[in-house]
Amino acid sequence: MASLRTMSFDAVIVGGGGSGMRAALQLAQSGYKTAVITKVFPTRSHTVSAQGGITCAIASDDPDDRWQWHMYDTVKGSDYIGDQEAIEYMCQTGPEAVFELEHMGLPFSRTEEGRIYQRPFGGQSKDYGAGGQAARTCAAADRTGHALLHTLYQGNLKNKTVFLNEWFAVDIVKNSDNAVVGVVAINIETGECVYVKSKATVFATGGAGRIYASTTNAHICTGDGVGMAIRAGFPVQDIEMWQFHPTGIHGAGTLVTEGCRGEGGYLINKDGERFMERYAPNAKDLAGRDVVARSMVLEILEGRGCGPDGDHVFLKLDHLGEEALNAKLPGILELSRTFAHADPVKEPIPVVPTCHYMMGGIPTNVNGQALTIDREGNDQVIEGFYACGEAACVSVHGANRLGGNSLLDLVVFGRASGIFIENELSKGIDLKDATQEDIDRAMAGLNRINASTEGENAAVLRAELQTIMQNFFGVFRRGDYMQKGVKKLDELRPRIENVYLDDKSNSFNTARIEALELQNLFETAYATAIAAEGRTESRGAHAREDFQERDDENWLCHSIYFPGSKEIGKRAVNFTLKTREPFEPKIRTY
Amino acid sequence: MLNVSIYRYNPEVDNEPYMQDFQFDTQGKDLMVLDVLEKLKIEDPSLVFRRSCREGVCGSDGVNISGKNGLACITPLSEAVKGNSLIIRPLPGLPVIRDLVIDMSQFYAQYEKIQPYMINNSPAPAIERLQTPEERAKLDGLYECILCACCSTACPSFWWNPEKFIGPSGLLQAYRFLADSRDTATAERLSKLDDPFSVFRCHGIMNCVQVCPKGLNPTKAIGHIRNMLMRNPT
Repeated sequence: MASLRTMSFDAVIVGGGGSGMRAALQLAQSGYKTAVITKVFPTRSHTVSAQGGITCAIASDDPDDRWQWHMYDTVKGSDYIGDQEAIEYMCQTGPEAVFELEHMGLPFSRTEEGRIYQRPFGGQSKDYGAGGQAARTCAAADRTGHALLHTLYQGNLKNKTVFLNEWFAVDIVKNSDNAVVGVVAINIETGECVYVKSKATVFATGGAGRIYASTTNAHICTGDGVGMAIRAGFPVQDIEMWQFHPTGIHGAGTLVTEGCRGEGGYLINKDGERFMERYAPNAKDLAGRDVVARSMVLEILEGRGCGPDGDHVFLKLDHLGEEALNAKLPGILELSRTFAHADPVKEPIPVVPTCHYMMGGIPTNVNGQALTIDREGNDQVIEGFYACGEAACVSVHGANRLGGNSLLDLVVFGRASGIFIENELSKGIDLKDATQEDIDRAMAGLNRINASTEGENAAVLRAELQTIMQNFFGVFRRGDYMQKGVKKLDELRPRIENVYLDDKSNSFNTARIEALELQNLFETAYATAIAAEGRTESRGAHAREDFQERDDENWLCHSIYFPGSKEIGKRAVNFTLKTREPFEPKIRTY
Repeated sequence: MLNVSIYRYNPEVDNEPYMQDFQFDTQGKDLMVLDVLEKLKIEDPSLVFRRSCREGVCGSDGVNISGKNGLACITPLSEAVKGNSLIIRPLPGLPVIRDLVIDMSQFYAQYEKIQPYMINNSPAPAIERLQTPEERAKLDGLYECILCACCSTACPSFWWNPEKFIGPSGLLQAYRFLADSRDTATAERLSKLDDPFSVFRCHGIMNCVQVCPKGLNPTKAIGHIRNMLMRNPT
């Protein structure tokens, strides 16, 4: 095997979305040689699709708002398997991180006082649930993700971050100490493979909604970080926890922000009934996303769905008036007109729960350091390896993420990873060099695809995978179904590993990239299936028909999927707060 | 059957680009152009195009559709098909890398030239910098740009001087920062634009307005910059 060209950096960030660019910004500002490897031009990353806002107690809407209330909501929303230390850090640091974004130019919407506009979102309360609905989600109209992502890209341009745009990370390079010392990456335009060597490798690779047939996620959300981590033998955490967003546009899957309900919209069934009043008498349409999504599916299953096939419900907005809709939800008007052929000013939008967010991921501590679990069950830091954003499981979302918390997560922990790595670099990092063999190992998967002479088409295999996940691991889950699903995945594995790449050309060969992405999708899906089948309870987004109750005695813990044995283990949830007594698990109602 | 004609060019194989015809069964559905490309790629994985969000916010899939620049993911066949034919070409005026993928370096270079970031060297307050809703409203129609390059690659002035004329997208962003009450570098920004090419190569042809998939109006923004340059000679 001829040796690859090597490029060396102090820090390499894989992924040019919100968390990756926030981490990169931190490191570039302090002068470290930092590169971002991103398979799309940074502003094409999926953060761009976030609509409603970034939840944070900046005390604009309510001058008495407190980050502790946000912390309470987030712990409750997580169904008590979010790590409280991480949630505390996120909610407390949040305002500083949001103000930094504003100082960088993020065009937030404004209040009459000139402060950042905040809107109500699901699961938000004042006074630890006792003070009614809060309005805590900072918004730039309904284009907050776009505004945030562009602002971060601009900040990185200002600070001269090196961008390896349209490069795809193939696999992790580990040295003989099992430390991560960079990745092998392919320059999509030329097809050249390079060993990108780094003292700190940060995975900010986003989610993997494309494991499902119906998803709000971009085509590019293929679980690349999770796939690479699993192939390197590292565990993933709570990967069975997938959020189904209540309001994906029926048929198209595109997202309609929860901000619609925050601004006063509500869901109706075919009888025109505002059915959430029955399921969540207090919060109604602004209950947790898991609760709303399940209620919608129950309405549909019980014959109260809308449309000729009764397979969706309606989101009603027309009563808010054209002027308010134009001012607050202009992007939604566009999306609905384009993809649902419905003008929300006059008629409701057909919506259905749609796969939206991966709560699980690579387990990390609050510094972004990726973790593995040793034989005694203790956390062990993986040297050189970091993760943040949706790819990571730090875990602030536990079993169910609150709306607006993903943007906060990616900014706060992208920043935290950057700060920690900055400090480590200043002290000096000394990792053993990779040998030729170590690098060759990271090339094995790509070499196999390049050498393929027969096998099946990646797109066909991908569709099959997505159908299995949609049918056997959706909103409601059942043991015997899931066992069938696992069996089907077992049968699919060799076919996906033997995917056929017909076009071996080097120049901008997206078929090769899709064949590689398929491997990542599969590993993410397989881990999801094993963990979902293994967690014998219902909690947050994980709803089982055969185990309908939450089981705190056995499952008030993280699941950990070990790639070697393909089995799941358990990891304790963190209940240590620095500023107060921990929040003890309670029955979760809205 | 719909006749879909697509620009093909793989530099490793082809001496020159050519148009390839595909027969496509829409099954009577008003699909988006991107859906057609995705389905054709299953049959011919060597067909290359960019795509990401598939909902018109990431700006990846700007292409020329039956003669007009637009985003494949939000252009329905009902708008794109003429006769029984759909013609898809790369955005014009920039080098083609392969098939529908163009080299956008020149476009991005013009964007970077306008210093597309907030400049305000006064010490930041402990909270956000205040801005009234009226001041903020001045950014509407500007900040929403998705850098898809549909406008700049539809602009004859940009075709003619892509290295000197900033182009409609870059100028829209230049004005986004000039118009922001929080930015303090107005004079510096204007002086960098004050030459015969950067702004003044715009001849008001307005192709940019016609093609912008987000309904933005770069010509208007360019007009504002011209006025600022003429009122505040640098």
